Formats: sequence, C-alpha cells, structure tokens
Amino acid sequence: MTSFMGHQSRGETIGYSFSEPTAAPVKQHSFYPYTDNGGSTLGITGSDFAILAGDTRSTSGYNINSRMVPKVFRIGGDDETGEGAQILLSVVGFAADGNALKERLDTMVRMYKYQHGKSMSVGACAQRLSTILYEKRFFPYYVHAILAGLDEEGKGALYSYDPVGSYEREQCRAAGAASSLIMPFLDNQVNFKNQYIPGSGEGHALEPKKAEPLPKNTVKQLVRDAFTSAVERHIEVGDGLQMMIITREGIEEVYHPLKKD
Amino acid sequence: MNHFPEAWGRPRNDVYGAYDHSYLQTLGPKAHTSSPAVTGTSVVGVKFNGGVALATDNLASYGSLARFSDVKRLRSFGDKAMVGFGGDVSDMQYLDRLLESMDIKENYSTHGNMLNAKNLHTYLAKVFYKRRSEFNPLWNHVLVAGFDGEGEPFLSSADLLGTTFSAPHLATGFGAHLAVPILRRKFPEDTPLEEVSQEDAVAALKECLKVLFYRDARSLDKYSIAVITKDGIDLKEDEQIQGQSWAFAERIKGYGAQTV
Repeated sequence: MTSFMGHQSRGETIGYSFSEPTAAPVKQHSFYPYTDNGGSTLGITGSDFAILAGDTRSTSGYNINSRMVPKVFRIGGDDETGEGAQILLSVVGFAADGNALKERLDTMVRMYKYQHGKSMSVGACAQRLSTILYEKRFFPYYVHAILAGLDEEGKGALYSYDPVGSYEREQCRAAGAASSLIMPFLDNQVNFKNQYIPGSGEGHALEPKKAEPLPKNTVKQLVRDAFTSAVERHIEVGDGLQMMIITREGIEEVYHPLKKD
Repeated sequence: MNHFPEAWGRPRNDVYGAYDHSYLQTLGPKAHTSSPAVTGTSVVGVKFNGGVALATDNLASYGSLARFSDVKRLRSFGDKAMVGFGGDVSDMQYLDRLLESMDIKENYSTHGNMLNAKNLHTYLAKVFYKRRSEFNPLWNHVLVAGFDGEGEPFLSSADLLGTTFSAPHLATGFGAHLAVPILRRKFPEDTPLEEVSQEDAVAALKECLKVLFYRDARSLDKYSIAVITKDGIDLKEDEQIQGQSWAFAERIKGYGAQTV
C-alpha cells in the first residue's frame, strides 16, 4: 500500500485496536449431531387390523442404555396416556429425533381434531408426516418411521417412510437394525414370495401362491417369530417386544419378554 | 510518533512485532464448543424403595490434568429433584444458572415450584436437543433424579444430543461401562423396587464410586452423594471413599493378560 507524507495508511498501521477484524483459519466442526440407538420395528396389516411392533432395547455402541424404551406410540390421543388414539407411529434410528418427530405429529393430529371437530384420517396423517420429514430435508430426522391405522373402509393401513419423507402404503414393512433380517422373512411369510402351488404346472413352471390378508392371530405369531429370530442374530435387538394392534375396537397393547443377552 | 490514540500505551509494532489478532477473532465462522474443556467424569444413580440415590466424585479435569478437586456436580432443583452433571463444567454452570432462574420464577407463582423431576428432565432434554440442532451443543450427560407426577421414584438420563432413557439404575461416561454391570448384578432389573432398600442402594453407589476410582484415571476419592426421598434431599458433598484395597494392583502386569 502507498504511504502518504510519511504516514502509513491505516490499513497497515492498524494493529493496536482490539476491534481489528481478523479471519481465523476455517475450522472443521467435529460435532456430529446424530447417533444410532439400534433396535428394530415391524408393521403388518390385515383385512380389518394393523399391527405395529418394536423391541424395547436402547443402545449406544456396545452399551445397553436401557431395556425399556418404547419405539411404538399412539398418535392423536386425548391425553398423555394416548387414550382415544386411532393412529400408531413407530420410529427407529436416532431416538432423540424419533421423539421430536413423534411429539410434532402427535401435536398436529390433536390440533386437527380441535380445529375440525373430527379425527384425522390415516391417509391425511400419512401425507402430513411425509411433509414434516421433508421440511428437514437438509438436516433430516435420522429415523425410519412406520405409520399404521385403519383406512376409510376399515381395512388395515400401513405407511413406511425414509428419513426425508418418501413414503409408500404397504402390506408389511420391517425397519431398523434388523430390517435386513426380518424383511425377507416377511416377503416369504406375508406376501408368499417364492412359494408355489404344488402340482399346478409342469416341472418348475408352477403357479405362484397368491398373497391374501392373514388372520390376526397368525400375524401376531409371525411378529413374535420375526423378533425372536432377529434377537438371535442381531446384538442391538432384544430385551422386550412391544406390540400394538389397532382394530375397530381400539388399540390393544401387548408386551412379550425377549432375550436380554 | 504515532498520532492514532488507539496506539498509545500499546507495545510498538516496530519493536515487538504486530499484535497477533488470531487470538481475538471477530470474523470467520462463529465458534461453538466442538469439544469439552474442563470436564467431570461419571454420574451414578439407583432407584430404591421410596426414592432415588445419586452420586458423583468432586473432580473437574482439564484433559488428563486433575484441575479442580472440589467441584460439586450434584445440583438440587426445588426440594425433591436433583441433577447430576457429567461432561463440560462451564456448560454445567450455565445449566445450573438456567435452572436456578427457573426455580426462582416458579417460586413467585401461587403454589410455588410445583415442577417435579420428570418435568425437569423433559425440560433439560429439550434444551439439549435444541442446542444440538443449532450445532452449538451443551457438552453434558446428566442424570435427573426425584419423583414423577404419580409420586413414584424417577431416574432418567439426557445427553448432549438430546437422547433420553430411563432405567432402575443408570450411569454416565466411564460409569456406563464399570458401574452399570455392578448395579445390574446387585439389583436385577426385574426385581420390584420394594425389594431394594435405601441402605443397599447407598452402599452399592459407594461401591461403584470405589471401583471407578480404581480404574477411571479421571476420577477422585472425594465424592458427593444425594439421597432423595419424600422427606426431602439428603445431600453430602464432602465424602471420602472408604475401605480402599489396592492389593489387587500388585498382581496386575502389563495390560492384564501378561503373567510374567
């Protein structure tokens, strides 16, 4: 910089004042705002019911935080016990995000009831949940959510989501740590994939077995089998199985112990 | 001679060199805590028949330096709730001020401070979650002890990410590895709370602190212990670990597997 009559320009002499703006070397954030709390969830629908289930273990790394942290919640209940709810939500992944998501959806469904004087339909709730997730597209809720209820015709409805809100109505879905262990089992036992009707054709050209809605007790047993098997092979799954069954009569909640090792 | 007043009384650049402004950065990214500085180690807690017991040691470490050896890490809220802080001590002091101002505000209301430990835990978890979502975390892992809305003993944990969980016995930090297995063996999780006495719970906590002092390099033999019952809080902040036996240490060679 040029000097004027022996004076250095301020740009150079400045260096006395504490308000001198300086750029620090850009530092990388080392704070990672997510963690994985393990666990697994599972939902299956029938002709007049839907079941949502999840294990109750909470982990961080190889530690078990607690053996009783539920992952399945009633949405839009009349009070904090969830009494009067007609929609179920399960969340698995980062538990703090899961909780925040559950609270937001629950508040919205309750506000809808106060404002419109009627309960929100599962289809509407499913779309709303997708929007809530997509709102945080660039800092997502790190969870895999499953929403369950009964549709307008009284049939079981199940919607599954990815962390940024893509969603789809399905017959069954497994999510979380042991999803890769449970989902193939469900494909085979619920949608009858790779099952053929014996003697229905020549050689290997057999007719595939058609999938049809299963009775409630069969589905309950499938859920229990899925989890007892997942517990054997996945360390983040275990302790307890929490199952919620939604029918026209309301929501039934069942708890089964699982292996604690 | 320099005529700029801000230069007067300051070390001359031509003699001492330019002032290093990198210490006083005003531009660039806003600095958030990206790692804790002065830290407290484990917090351990157990529920028993009629209440909850909570304990921490009195050490605040600066990295591996045992910096402050008389730091109270158990803080009371109202007359029936306690918080045990692990992690950054300055963030603990911030949260303590926050809780104190809330307590004062509540006490101005008609019925006084009606907030129980469960309310307090919900609040703290939301503060943690909000701050982590702003990428400006409060670097703590806390245990909240007291009673819930039904008057049942309450013990729950919250950490810098906003993660929460509850169990009959909990420990943060190193205690999650060392103290929790001891507590789970002493009081299996399916035992009803009625079968866990206050004396057993307190004795178990003291045992845990002793084991932690043996094996956690950032721990101290001076500790605080709080027993919360319906009658109120019994807080002792200047205790000493009793009955140490370092005889086992003689047999340890190398990292444990070595025999000669």
